[in-house]
Amino acid sequence: MQRTEIKQSDFEALPLDRMDAEKIAGESTSYWKDAWRRFRKNKLALAGVVVIILLGIMAFIGGPISGQNYYQNDLMNANQKPSSEHWFGTDNLGRDVFARTWYGAKISLFIGLMAALIDLIIGIIWGAVAGFFGGKVDEYMMRIADILYGVPYLLVVILLMVIMPPGLWTLIIAMTITGWINMARIVRGQVMQLRSEEYVMASQSLGASNSRLMFRHLVPNTMGPILVTLTLTIPSAIFTEAFLSFLGLGVPAPLASWGTMSSDALGSLQYYPFQLFFPAFFICLTMLAFNVIGDGMRDALDPKGR
Amino acid sequence: MARYLLKRIGFILISLFFIISITFILMKAAPGGPFASERKLPPAIEQQMNEAYGLNDPIYKQYADYLINAVKFDFGPSFKYTGQEVTDIISRSLPYSLILGLEAIFLALSIGVLLGVIAALNHNKFGDYIAMVIAVLGISVPSFIMATILQYIFAIKLQALPVARFESFAHTILPAVALATTPLAFIARLMRSSMLEVLHADYIKTAKSKGLNDRVVTYRHALRNAIMPVVSYLGPLVVGILTGSFIIEKIFGIPGLGNEFVVSVTNRDYTVIMGTTVFFSVLLLVSILVVDLIYGFIDPRIKLSGKGSK
Repeated sequence: MQRTEIKQSDFEALPLDRMDAEKIAGESTSYWKDAWRRFRKNKLALAGVVVIILLGIMAFIGGPISGQNYYQNDLMNANQKPSSEHWFGTDNLGRDVFARTWYGAKISLFIGLMAALIDLIIGIIWGAVAGFFGGKVDEYMMRIADILYGVPYLLVVILLMVIMPPGLWTLIIAMTITGWINMARIVRGQVMQLRSEEYVMASQSLGASNSRLMFRHLVPNTMGPILVTLTLTIPSAIFTEAFLSFLGLGVPAPLASWGTMSSDALGSLQYYPFQLFFPAFFICLTMLAFNVIGDGMRDALDPKGR
Repeated sequence: MARYLLKRIGFILISLFFIISITFILMKAAPGGPFASERKLPPAIEQQMNEAYGLNDPIYKQYADYLINAVKFDFGPSFKYTGQEVTDIISRSLPYSLILGLEAIFLALSIGVLLGVIAALNHNKFGDYIAMVIAVLGISVPSFIMATILQYIFAIKLQALPVARFESFAHTILPAVALATTPLAFIARLMRSSMLEVLHADYIKTAKSKGLNDRVVTYRHALRNAIMPVVSYLGPLVVGILTGSFIIEKIFGIPGLGNEFVVSVTNRDYTVIMGTTVFFSVLLLVSILVVDLIYGFIDPRIKLSGKGSK
């Protein structure tokens, strides 16, 4: 074993720069950088993002590249199997399933994103106000939310669909009328927790207005849970749309959505199962992709969950 | 405890009052009267029918009558099917939905918990991955697609089970499985994460160091505590099974309450819509209360008190 030789020079003091203490060894990471680093490691969630981007692109270019349109009836060529002319075949009215699938993608994704966005806006405002002011305001606001929450979501949506004229926006309004409550509850909980932090008090003593405190200081700090809830709201909105369209209460013809396409294909399932296959497959794929993204985001953004 | 119960029941009554009032307003706001059809009725007959159904009374009187009748659980006759009382329709169709719903709840609970436990015990191993793939697929495949897939494979291709209707136990298998899929997947995920958490708790280490065998530790100590989140999921589970039944009963042609609701919606059969809506709401609010009571009963750490409930 080799002995270490100790020399006098080893005991000399190194030149000390006082600024060294200020040096940061690793690159500084923000909350979002850190979350992105964790999210990137999750291959499944990344695959989900890729799938959603591809679906989004196809929703716009899918119709044009097939050279067919989604509404043209062609009864001579009804119920055809997938071929070089009709890539996904045709439905019972001879409409091209490929074009309809991507047109449906546009509708389904639009409804999902729009419903989630409206839920987000109402939920953030409601939850932030209730959580920020607390006391009586909170109690009344949350009581209202509780009462609305007591009625099953789909029941309300179906009842509203009965009285409103059928259409895309009717569907979105019906879905958001009680859909925001979940978001409001989450934001409220987070805001209540953060309300007593020192930085809020500091800002308040500097004369910041209530709305500045709420939307500038509190809400941005609750973004993690909000984003997770948002990504998990989108698939449930897409599901609700498909569910309603399947019941015949969704988007009216000639608009096509994956739900109406599945519903139309159900009648001839025994003879032309491929008509159901395409819309059903894409509903499942989209929901799967959003669900794995949501899970990945939860793992990445929630430090406790690790 | 008694105070808590009273408060909760009061809260349920308030919620019900709102639900009943809102359904009344919605149905009054709905375009088209109940007798609107392609064939125009002679005005005299329409007048008489409005009279018979009390539609000529001033709106506040209609509302008051409706409220009183709702308390007595009498929603009057169906608009669409003459001679049928709404209560008759509900009591006729309820048994089908009840059997189907209970079967689905049983399936979702037993298989969901089992999958979750298997996944947690084999954490990051093959069993875990299989169970979680099943769970993610279960959440992503909507119940109505699951139902049609099952119908296609087992009823049309294999001819192993009946396609539709509701006559024997064999008829109930496919709809119950389809109805249970999504909640089953949710329960499996809940169970897995809660089981993983519990398995790292100190008292599990204590139990192991006492020399108890794995089986006793898992089932006696871990499972009993890990199942708590699943119990609190029972409320949403009932909701999911109930609303899921709308579509499943339609696909399988089961004359249950969910199907009756959907049919009444497409028929604009207002009294049936209102009756079933109120009935569903009562069912849900009561079952959520029961779940909360059970929860407090089996987990003594949760104090049921009037304050801070919900």
